[in-house]
Amino acid sequence: MSSGAAFVRARGEDRAALVGYLPAGFPSYDGCVAALRAMVAAGVDIVEVGLPYSDPVIDGPTIQAAADVALRNGTRTTDVLRTVEAVAATGAAVVVMTYWNPVLRYGPERFARDLRAAGGQGLITPDLIPEEAGEWLTASDDNGLDRIFLVAPSSGDGRIASTVAECRGWVYAASTMGVTGARDATSAVAPALVDRVRAATDLPVGVGLGVSNGAQAAEVAAYADGVIVGSAFVRRLLDADSEQAGATSVGELAGELAAGVRRQRSDRR
Amino acid sequence: MSVPDSAGRFGPYGGRYVPEALVAALDELTAAYEKAMTDEDFQGEFHRLLRDYAGRPSLLYDATRLSAEIGARVLLKREDLNHTGAHKINNVLGQALLTQRMGKSRVIAETGAGQHGVATATAAALFGLECVVYMGEVDTERQALNVARMRLLGATVVPVTSGSRTLKDAMNEAFRDWVTNVDDTHYVIGSVGGPHPFPVMVRDFASVIGVEAREQCLGLLGRLPDAVIACVGGGSNAMGIFHSFIADESVRLFGFEAGGEGVETGRHAATLTGGSPGVLHGARSYVLQDDDGQTLESHSISAGLDYPGVGPEHAWLHDTGRATYASVTDAEAMAAFELLCRTEGIIPAIETAHALAGAQRVASELGSDAVLLVNLSGRGDKDVATAGRWFGLLGEADAEGPGENLNPDA
Ligand SMILES: Cc1ncc(COP(=O)(O)O)c(C=O)c1O
Repeated sequence: MSSGAAFVRARGEDRAALVGYLPAGFPSYDGCVAALRAMVAAGVDIVEVGLPYSDPVIDGPTIQAAADVALRNGTRTTDVLRTVEAVAATGAAVVVMTYWNPVLRYGPERFARDLRAAGGQGLITPDLIPEEAGEWLTASDDNGLDRIFLVAPSSGDGRIASTVAECRGWVYAASTMGVTGARDATSAVAPALVDRVRAATDLPVGVGLGVSNGAQAAEVAAYADGVIVGSAFVRRLLDADSEQAGATSVGELAGELAAGVRRQRSDRR
Repeated sequence: MSVPDSAGRFGPYGGRYVPEALVAALDELTAAYEKAMTDEDFQGEFHRLLRDYAGRPSLLYDATRLSAEIGARVLLKREDLNHTGAHKINNVLGQALLTQRMGKSRVIAETGAGQHGVATATAAALFGLECVVYMGEVDTERQALNVARMRLLGATVVPVTSGSRTLKDAMNEAFRDWVTNVDDTHYVIGSVGGPHPFPVMVRDFASVIGVEAREQCLGLLGRLPDAVIACVGGGSNAMGIFHSFIADESVRLFGFEAGGEGVETGRHAATLTGGSPGVLHGARSYVLQDDDGQTLESHSISAGLDYPGVGPEHAWLHDTGRATYASVTDAEAMAAFELLCRTEGIIPAIETAHALAGAQRVASELGSDAVLLVNLSGRGDKDVATAGRWFGLLGEADAEGPGENLNPDA
């Protein structure tokens, strides 16, 4: 099954899909799985399991801190796959978000096979553009996995067209120029970017970078097919006194965001 | 096979492993750089700056006393005599001119030893650009002199406290700045790494070193040297001097990486000799990494070589065998450092001392008739404190000096 199906289902309910991110192994293997399950229970449609990486050049301080904890905990690539398996068992759609080198090292074909076997549905690749993705195009085709490449406000229409042509499942629109992190205001350029993507493809478009509350989620849900939230979930875990409290807090935020992605569409009626 | 191809690939290496948000800026830079390479105005201005500002051509010095010690004739390409004290200024002047032509008002840079940061701060002052330099906290301590130089030149120096707090982490932070401010900011990468077009562009701006040295060798010797030798951090001084000699099959090319405490100890920065193919900082090349592709921390006494990656063209030269790479330990480098000080009255950068130690090894391989062209990539003022500690000179100097003078029997 493709993670795109979760968007289709949300569209059928006249709402945007909610996508939630946490790096595997943060705050611990079990703590991450518990928090991701809490997310799913509270209404997250698609779970993004992050592969913590030593040199996360597109992540801001919050996700860097989480990746540091995960790596210091000894999180391995195989633990990421185990996390995928544990969350996929809930029935939620699960994709992995990863910088390219860990996949290259594991072997793209082997990674694709093991991800599929774990119940994962695809890969989001923040530092892999289609021009460099030859091995991944093949491995994802062979294993029927989604390929979620990113588009950015700086992407010209030509690049948007060539990038979405290589996407499968959905398209990730990075709504601001910058690193990951919660922001007070969502981006003004995001709606225009989504329009430009829509002009090039029928694939659903998820918008990420910066959403941290229900009101912002509603705002993004008004024009995008999916709302992607990462740093705000990580922040809940960083601020929690215990893993259990963290999972509860993550579930509460997911509930608020899930209400947000439903609000805007019904308001519009 | 001609390398790189239009996508910046040297065989399997190079390319652009970057966030999509940077692709437009890299395309813009590629276009500006390709235009500049054939633009007479640009070339005229670049070479005028190299001559009148940086002090080129740099001298080729026949180091006879060093030669006698190491048993082969050593010619030193004196990049240490450039303005700001290292080869880094060549690349930076080229990129500063491009920044101006692209209409950008701000430059950022990563630096390890501080030489690239100083060069960037210098060019920013010269061109009236805002300048921010990222430097690992460990390096701000061991290269404190250069931090002060950058600040005097008007640059903001940001100590980076993430990860290993050295060059790799400074580069991560510079990429984060760039992706946020790419509209008005050019990232002046300081070596032949990073995404296309940086490896080829930085090499081209640095290649004046080899162009001059080749002519100077022919003028002095009536023939080419037997070997060209350089230290390799990211690899810019090495590519700068190698490039003109690549087609000369009789000339052997040697790159020396930082072996730290020894490659077998795991505490080193010898990426080609001790690493494996992978992706880091925008390019596919060799990387020091673990079984999961996580970057390993590098170790070297030399801040400028303390980096777990290397430029993709070196990976290509390594795999094809055109160049030979080996590692030099901290101790070997410091012995060579002392040797150059004592035989020629030249204090080299500790980075450069790795090339000198390598030259000793090449001399014993090629014999006394051999002519070795060594890139003296930088001067050692910035390293006086480190060297003073290594040789135990700091406390003793104070104790011994006045004591001798005061000795009534002397
Ligand atoms: C004097 C000197 N030589 C060499 C290097 C290493 O860089 P590269 O390998 O790019 O020449 C540095 C870097 O800081 C340097 O300052």
